[in-house]
Amino acid sequence: MISKLRMRKANAYHNVFIILLCLSLNLMLDQNKQHFLGDRYLLKQGAVMSKPHEAIPARRLFLKKSLTLIPLAAAAGTGMVSLTTTAQASPAKSPGVSQHYVPVYFNNEEWAFLLAACERLIPSDANGPGAVSQGVPVFIDKQMEAPFGHGGLWYMHPPFVSAVPELGYQSKLVPREVYRLGIGAVNDYCQQKFQHRFAELKPDQQDQVLSELEKDQPAFDAVPAKMLFDLLLQNTKEGYFADPIHGGNQTLASWQLIGFPGARADFTDWVDHPNEPYPQGPVSISSKRTA
Amino acid sequence: MTTIKKDPVDVVIVGFGWTGAIMGMEMTDAGLSVVALERGEKRDTYPDFAYPRIADELTYGIRLKLFQETAKETVTVRHNPGDYAVPYRQFGSFLPGNGVGGAGVHWNGMHWRALPSDLKLHTTISERYGKAFIPEGMLLQDYPVDYADLEPFFDKFEKVCGTAGKSGNLRGQIIEGGNPFEGPRTSEYPTPPLKSLYSGTLFSKAAKELGYHPFAIPAANCSQPYTNPYGVQLGPCNYCGYCERFGCFMYSKGSPQSTILPVLTQRKNFELRTNSMVIKVNLDSSGKKATGVTYIDIQGREIEQPANMVILSAYQLHNVRLLLLSGIGQPYNPQTGEGMVGRNYAYQMNSGISLFFDKDTHFNPFIGAGAAGAVIDDFNSDNFDHTDLGFIGGAYISAVRTGGRPIQQMTLPADTPTWGAGWKQGIKDNYLHSMSIGSEGSVMPYKECYLDLDPNYKDAFGQPLLRMTFDWKPNEVKMTQHITSKMQGIATAMNPKQMKVSVMDMNSHYDVRPYQSTHTTGGAIMGDSPSNSVVNKYLQSWDVPNVFVQGASAFPQNMAYNPTGLVGALAYWSAHAIRTQYLANPGPLVQA
Repeated sequence: MISKLRMRKANAYHNVFIILLCLSLNLMLDQNKQHFLGDRYLLKQGAVMSKPHEAIPARRLFLKKSLTLIPLAAAAGTGMVSLTTTAQASPAKSPGVSQHYVPVYFNNEEWAFLLAACERLIPSDANGPGAVSQGVPVFIDKQMEAPFGHGGLWYMHPPFVSAVPELGYQSKLVPREVYRLGIGAVNDYCQQKFQHRFAELKPDQQDQVLSELEKDQPAFDAVPAKMLFDLLLQNTKEGYFADPIHGGNQTLASWQLIGFPGARADFTDWVDHPNEPYPQGPVSISSKRTA
Repeated sequence: MTTIKKDPVDVVIVGFGWTGAIMGMEMTDAGLSVVALERGEKRDTYPDFAYPRIADELTYGIRLKLFQETAKETVTVRHNPGDYAVPYRQFGSFLPGNGVGGAGVHWNGMHWRALPSDLKLHTTISERYGKAFIPEGMLLQDYPVDYADLEPFFDKFEKVCGTAGKSGNLRGQIIEGGNPFEGPRTSEYPTPPLKSLYSGTLFSKAAKELGYHPFAIPAANCSQPYTNPYGVQLGPCNYCGYCERFGCFMYSKGSPQSTILPVLTQRKNFELRTNSMVIKVNLDSSGKKATGVTYIDIQGREIEQPANMVILSAYQLHNVRLLLLSGIGQPYNPQTGEGMVGRNYAYQMNSGISLFFDKDTHFNPFIGAGAAGAVIDDFNSDNFDHTDLGFIGGAYISAVRTGGRPIQQMTLPADTPTWGAGWKQGIKDNYLHSMSIGSEGSVMPYKECYLDLDPNYKDAFGQPLLRMTFDWKPNEVKMTQHITSKMQGIATAMNPKQMKVSVMDMNSHYDVRPYQSTHTTGGAIMGDSPSNSVVNKYLQSWDVPNVFVQGASAFPQNMAYNPTGLVGALAYWSAHAIRTQYLANPGPLVQA
């Protein structure tokens, strides 16, 4: 009996070993790599379609659909304007994902806010791509449809009573509601103060508003300003640092910046090298790497 | 609702983590028929913890996939009796486990034996400083067992886990490089210590220069290929950095899955039923005998499982809750001091220092294991003279590196902006070049710190939540401030360019938001009399002798150490008494 068990374990070891081998020797097929690179890669290719060998028809179709959908989705109100403004306000560019992604949960105005706010919280700068360029708003949109967004990971039974902060979150609001109510309140506030919505403000004005929210200012009726800010900052950092399978960190830029090797998860070869920089770059769960 | 009644068995086990697995093994060894009921799902190393899927910080480390489902059940918390308790709605401070393996899946593997003085703390303090040294309202008491009683069982559990470490006291001989304060061991650790990480090496050097006694943390993260006494094989830790909060894909971390279940689950006299939420222990009309348990299965059916013996081996909080829901023993009343169930709830008091170095110091923080690091025990328990200090207890001080997962484990200097380009610069400048030192300290039991049933909030099955009444007391704040000053001495000797200290003060209240420790203890404590405890020295209920209550719920007060080593040893000790005494003559093993 025991020997069978050992065999089972040995097989599992073997599997792990093969995976490790594939990762470290980069034996994954190019096709797989493309697959793993996901939408961002496809869309980027689509943007330079003159490259002859790229973009198989099915992907083109997807791209076309996406492009068609954006104006439709953004047509109402000033959504289109907001998106454009955001792009202009971000000189370091926000290529790929966010520009062409059609949000599932957020409406156009909320999406414009999210793009603008994420870009200020983690900007693209000399230290590499920022939150928007890495797909963080996509990550947040996906999270809104996951149990997290619905408060499904929290105990949300009534009665909801206020308590000292040390006793933790006691609001009835779930993340979806915090964003919806909070973004609405911020846009109203910006409209009143600057005669523009948040996404249409200049970066330094946006920073000023975000700083106020962080200090729990102003006093919104629908949701505390800091509740929105804390959730937004937490989710932005999560998306920026999490594995790309969740929608952000699409080129592993955050891992590259700080020197985190991601899902390598085997350091038998380096634990004996005290105070020596680790030589390998990051790799993700789906075997993405930095260029 | 109609109740489905199952065929009777000899033993029903409630909760299938470490103690459930140990008791399952021991009871089936004794030839008994055993059914284990686990509220969570079935999980095994493969496929549930398989690489690379497990290396996902967001899913496991942040969204806490392997933990208790908070949406269904939590506890309520308040600081003082008389306050309205509110639910612990988002997990932070402590993280109860769920599913097969329980918290034994996602612990760090810090595998301690209790110190001899931890087990006899009341006697130790009274004899050394006088009884008046114990503050009013502190319900300090001795364990009804001592170190010598438990040594064979500490030893057994280490051998099951393949624990990595180095003896400091082998059969009375003090050995350089181990923990000189530990009780005498009959044998060396099963595998050698984990390799020293650079942060631990710097810490050890500084601690040694200051005259302290650093050693490698005893780790149930196997350092070599190892076959345990059950014939189950463990693999060597590869320092992956995905340890606590994750399942181990390397078969290295000691867990029920990696040490016991491959053998136990094959046994014909053992059956495991997952997704089975026990809602109460059933008693006969006398109230002195358990007839089995009732549980709800995944389809919502209510099922009765008759059994001759009931072993509660759920998480500490849930064991206490089940006793209260089942009417076993008298609930504790803080006004009168009567009733024992829920009394002596305790926690741990921690502090930390982050050290930031220049760019030529490379810690590679992602290289880590749950228990990889260096530690000193010079300020733990009664290893140092408390005469002029005015507090009881202590802490261990360690430099441990469990990993460098960036969402959770990014530490930045206090002057770093929280967002924007400045934050981005901060993470770039500090991630690879910072480390931390921490202290994990004991918490004493108090008259007004206890557990009972909440009158307002219910779980998904409509049963009352457990209510926790707890706040910090001056004894523990004095302790942590003293320990932290010693820790600062070590940190300063390490000569970082910048430091960040976090420590409680007299204005601090227990805060459920930041993670601190999943070492909640007490509520069903062991003692030498029904007048001071819920269970006797063999973890047998004084009130219902065919009920045994395992786990850290038995700790009269909390020690500084991580509890699992003692929890495992107590389970083997309890099982030994059941097998050698109880089965031949079922009834109370200790006369009240």
